Amino acid sequence: MITLSMRPCGDFRTTYKADTRIFDTRLIQAVAIASVIGLCFAPLVLDAYYLTLFIQISYLAIAALGLNILVGFTGQISLGHGAFFGFGAFASAWFTNSFAIPVWISIPMAGWFTMAVGMLFGLPAARIKGLYLAIATLAAQFIIEDFFARAEWFSGGAYGAAAEPVILFGYAFDSDESFFYIALFALVFMYLWGANLMRSRDGRAFVAVRDHYLSAEIMGINLTWYRLLSFGVSSFYAGIGGALYGHYLGFVSAEGFTLMMSVQFLAMIIIGGLGSVQGALMGTIFIVLLPEVLEAIVGLITHSGLVSAGNVVENLSYFKEMAIGLVIILFLIFEPDGLAHRWKQIKAYWKYYPFAY
Amino acid sequence: MNSAAPLLAISQVSLAFGGVKALTDVNFKVSKGEVFSIIGPNGAGKTSMLNCISGRYRPNHGSITFKGKEMTSLKPNERSDLGIGRTFQNLALFGHMSVLDNIMVGRHHLLKNNFTTGPLYWVSGAQKEELKHRREVEDIIDFLEISHIRKKQAGTLSYGLRKRVELARAVALKPDLILLDEPMAGMNQEEKEDMARFILDLNEEWGMTVVMIEHDMGVVMGISNRVMVLDFGRKIAEGLPDEIMANEHVKKAYLGEEDELLVEEDAVEEIA
Ligand SMILES: Nc1ncnc2c1ncn2[C@@H]1O[C@H](COP(=O)(O)OP(=O)(O)OP(=O)(O)O)[C@@H](O)[C@H]1O
Ligand SMILES: [Mg+2]
Repeated sequence: MITLSMRPCGDFRTTYKADTRIFDTRLIQAVAIASVIGLCFAPLVLDAYYLTLFIQISYLAIAALGLNILVGFTGQISLGHGAFFGFGAFASAWFTNSFAIPVWISIPMAGWFTMAVGMLFGLPAARIKGLYLAIATLAAQFIIEDFFARAEWFSGGAYGAAAEPVILFGYAFDSDESFFYIALFALVFMYLWGANLMRSRDGRAFVAVRDHYLSAEIMGINLTWYRLLSFGVSSFYAGIGGALYGHYLGFVSAEGFTLMMSVQFLAMIIIGGLGSVQGALMGTIFIVLLPEVLEAIVGLITHSGLVSAGNVVENLSYFKEMAIGLVIILFLIFEPDGLAHRWKQIKAYWKYYPFAY
Repeated sequence: MNSAAPLLAISQVSLAFGGVKALTDVNFKVSKGEVFSIIGPNGAGKTSMLNCISGRYRPNHGSITFKGKEMTSLKPNERSDLGIGRTFQNLALFGHMSVLDNIMVGRHHLLKNNFTTGPLYWVSGAQKEELKHRREVEDIIDFLEISHIRKKQAGTLSYGLRKRVELARAVALKPDLILLDEPMAGMNQEEKEDMARFILDLNEEWGMTVVMIEHDMGVVMGISNRVMVLDFGRKIAEGLPDEIMANEHVKKAYLGEEDELLVEEDAVEEIA
């Protein structure tokens, strides 16, 4: 799944360094770097609306990558990722509001703090697996949600908490145009972090635990620690994503971090590809853009006058949830390895192109 | 022969699963540098013995010491840190990983980078460390002649190759003691000869002490320094290969008459 080599023949590496690169080929690396540089100019040309979508994709994709490390790479399960996302948002706001910690420090701090909380709630994973672990994390989801509602000192309770904008060198990143750069930096940084993790010691240990835990243990891997650590890393990502979300909106309220959000994160990684770093990003893009596309379609239908506008627009939110459900089912049936796998196949196809088959 | 302190000492080890006595009062010692084989009919408790040494099972009685250290309470991963590696009778590779990554997992206890220094790959020195170990892993890959498959997904390989990758992964641990559970099962004669050569090289050139379970009598007698025979969880003989071949108990319990081919038939009867 993750390391299945689909490199075209004739592509030989001459050094081990070249052989351990994050990107399969120099060309793809160049394209990736070029797109990041290209994105730097996006605020100059794009509508605020598109910038908002990008920012949304960034903080969600960071959290989704965390969940993929837990579910896709380590083979565990969590139904509480949404709550950890919320925890990061509140924690960062709390650090800045109560301790006057600058936001650029409170965001990583929120990540580490959420990691600790995630490991605490991950403790059952040392003993239980599968359905039972799913239930335990479901309990975590509800406990943390309840905590948000009750712990006014932390979350502001029913009122929610204000979250200051990021301020660096006296400049406040409080508009879509400026926060875009924070989001882009965080996205690139956290994805490089993840890709590097997966090609070094602890990332391999996660996959080993997933593929064959008994022989992983014989190979010197401490199962309890890595099962817990996987919850920790996953929550770390959720916390960073959540903190970004909070400081972008400027306000955190407890309602959003529900089980539905946790399920949406699961949908992202299933659609993008379990056990794939870039899959988490692809799945997030898909889930964020799906309602936009649906809306556009609804717009077209109503414009054409085929159906009366009111009903359709009213029901759009239902359509959205149904559509997500439908898409997950379709992916599970027709594309169980996710978008990342399909992408690899397309790449391999173009490589071979005039000589394919 | 065992005058010096043994590398591995098993004393009075017993193991039961409910009513099934897999091992009863087993004693033996393995000295540094030996190739020590365990033979016996199916269900005799050979794999259970290896599992007790590697920590998969915990014996009900008895003690297991390695390098003079009592190991009975150690977890499997702590035993690999001490210098014990093993392969499995029923293949246990990480199926979705590449052959290379499988073998790199063997370096786990030798690597120092972790979940914070690993992600800071270029600045923390993790890259340098990974590449250093990668070079050593490539030596193992060359030695076991699997360089042509090192990018393949482990789960897609043939049985014989998977056995070889498992051996490579165990060797990557740099163990002082390597436990091999039927390393040649299901192989043809040529593959068996290759494997026998690898095991001898590991022993002689890489300095690893080998404890091996094997059914092929030719191989066992050919490469072992000493042989132990288990039957119904009890040790019924131990000695030099020639002594074992001549031992009356062994013939009765295991070898049948004098024909080696009867070993297989005997095994079938054990199951029935
Ligand atoms: N986990 C277990 N649970 C219950 N019984 C077990 C377990 N492991 C082994 N046994 C039993 O212990 C006995 C010894 O099994 P073991 O696997 O050690 O035999 P073996 O000598 O390796 O046989 P083979 O040549 O078939 O590999 C058998 O009766 C087996 O059924
Ligand atoms: Mg066995």
